[in-house]
Amino acid sequence: MINIALPKGRLGEKVYAMFEAAGYECPSIKENNRKLIFENPEKGVRYFWVKPSDVSIYVERGAADIGVAGKDILLEYEPDVYELLDLNLGKCRMAVAAKKDFYDSGERTLKVATKFQNIAKQYYNSLCRDIDIIKLNGSIELAPILGLSDVIVDIVETGTTLKENDLEVVETVVPISARLIVNKSAFRFKTREIETITEHMKAQVSAND
Amino acid sequence: MEEKLLKNEEKAVFALRSLYRAYGYLPFKMSKFEEYELYVRNKDFLVSDRIITFNDTNGKLMALKPDVTLSIIKNTTDSSGVKQKVYYNENVYRVSDRTHQYKEILQTGLECVGDIDSYDLYEAVLLAAKSLDQISENFVLDVSHLGILTAVLDETGGDDAFRQSAAACISSKNKHDLQKLCGNCGISQENTQKLLQFIDIYGEMKSVLARLDSLCHSEKSREALGELKMLANMLLDTPYADRIRFDFSIVNDMNYYNGIVFRGFLSGICEGVLAGGQYDKLLRRMGRKSGAVGFALYLDLLEELQRPSNLYDVDTLILYDEGTDPSEIAKAVQNLTDRGECVSAQKSAPEKLRYRRLEDLRKGERA
Repeated sequence: MINIALPKGRLGEKVYAMFEAAGYECPSIKENNRKLIFENPEKGVRYFWVKPSDVSIYVERGAADIGVAGKDILLEYEPDVYELLDLNLGKCRMAVAAKKDFYDSGERTLKVATKFQNIAKQYYNSLCRDIDIIKLNGSIELAPILGLSDVIVDIVETGTTLKENDLEVVETVVPISARLIVNKSAFRFKTREIETITEHMKAQVSAND
Repeated sequence: MEEKLLKNEEKAVFALRSLYRAYGYLPFKMSKFEEYELYVRNKDFLVSDRIITFNDTNGKLMALKPDVTLSIIKNTTDSSGVKQKVYYNENVYRVSDRTHQYKEILQTGLECVGDIDSYDLYEAVLLAAKSLDQISENFVLDVSHLGILTAVLDETGGDDAFRQSAAACISSKNKHDLQKLCGNCGISQENTQKLLQFIDIYGEMKSVLARLDSLCHSEKSREALGELKMLANMLLDTPYADRIRFDFSIVNDMNYYNGIVFRGFLSGICEGVLAGGQYDKLLRRMGRKSGAVGFALYLDLLEELQRPSNLYDVDTLILYDEGTDPSEIAKAVQNLTDRGECVSAQKSAPEKLRYRRLEDLRKGERA
């Protein structure tokens, strides 16, 4: 039996549809009930929904053999897992954004508001830029508007929220998409099953392209 | 001693001690403290650079040992043709990646330092496999050769930053990002394909060797492949031939390790429980000419292994009161323990104690 952690939400539904198309369907998952775990013994899979940022924890600690997590989560938390496939879903980018009239002269410490401290730190380290990180948990866009920070580092999908608030993308840090991750120990003891699922999912990625 | 009373990690300590002694490894006992300076000089070798420090009575800055290998090497000397073989069983103090808090970790392992050769490498890998087998027969020992990986990365002509990122991709079997990285760094199509193949090459020793043959062209990589072949030939003759596999995603720090590196996994434990390899480069950095190979087993992880859970805390609960003659209690307890039972004598039943049988010696109640 292969345990699969799916991220709750729209992305997770798309990911499940991919698993389904790849031949790992589990009809009970579509029933409207309060069950947490869904199993298809015939196909040897068991699915469960978890908070997207928790998927990598379930996989790293072996509660799930396979999971699907955004590259943003993988870069931020650096879990010790295998990253076998780019599913090309949930595409967006991690970007630096600021007020339209903002100009960084580089003279003083840059104030950066973000949910992704590790990514922001590494990015500005690579530029040798001194920064002051302000960790926020939501409504990041508000920070530069109120003068809490100079810039933000956040996920940008369409850019509509930024535009509506007079903000704009200054720089792309890294492109983001959903990745298929696997527990390192499970890969060794369930090699064939995991390889087969990965192959079938890979075929789906190619078919979607 | 009753084996069922021992925890997994305690059983392992006993079994491993006699295994290492049988191969001529001598016990190495060290102090819990070490001069902080030793770690500062070799900071990158440590899993975590956060160390618990304190001032000794003479003012010297000391550390609670975060690592055993450095202390062992410090106590060895270079001399040609001679090897020092030691094993240890020690607590180390590190910050856990997961909880970001200091943790005491029970480690057991061995080091072979000195004029090491192919036999010593084989012996280390064999003992790693035997160590895992002592704990559970459902294990996998993955072996890689950093010499091959380094040679192939050298051939690409990429800079240090590229090599580091490429090694990280290989260690997470991440082909999609490796391909992008090669594209961004202007690596030739041919070299990119070669690197990508490294991610796919894993599994049974014979089949991996056959595939490696067509990938290793440079003198350096052929030399490393030769070493790996010799090791494989010897390991194929052991009972662990199907448990030992090759996998190039085992990438230890290339500033310290060279040659053979390996990691051991047990079914049911979510991360590697054994890690080791050849680390001549560390010795060079410490000004030594000799070589070294060794490994460590993280015994604290064995807690995760399933143990048959006990339904009861004790077999018999003996209840007594003021009126019970103490010698009567003593006799009852003696009788039961002689039969190999586990007994708890109490005046009243503790709330959470689970017992199979109750023996009531209370006088007042009966009267």
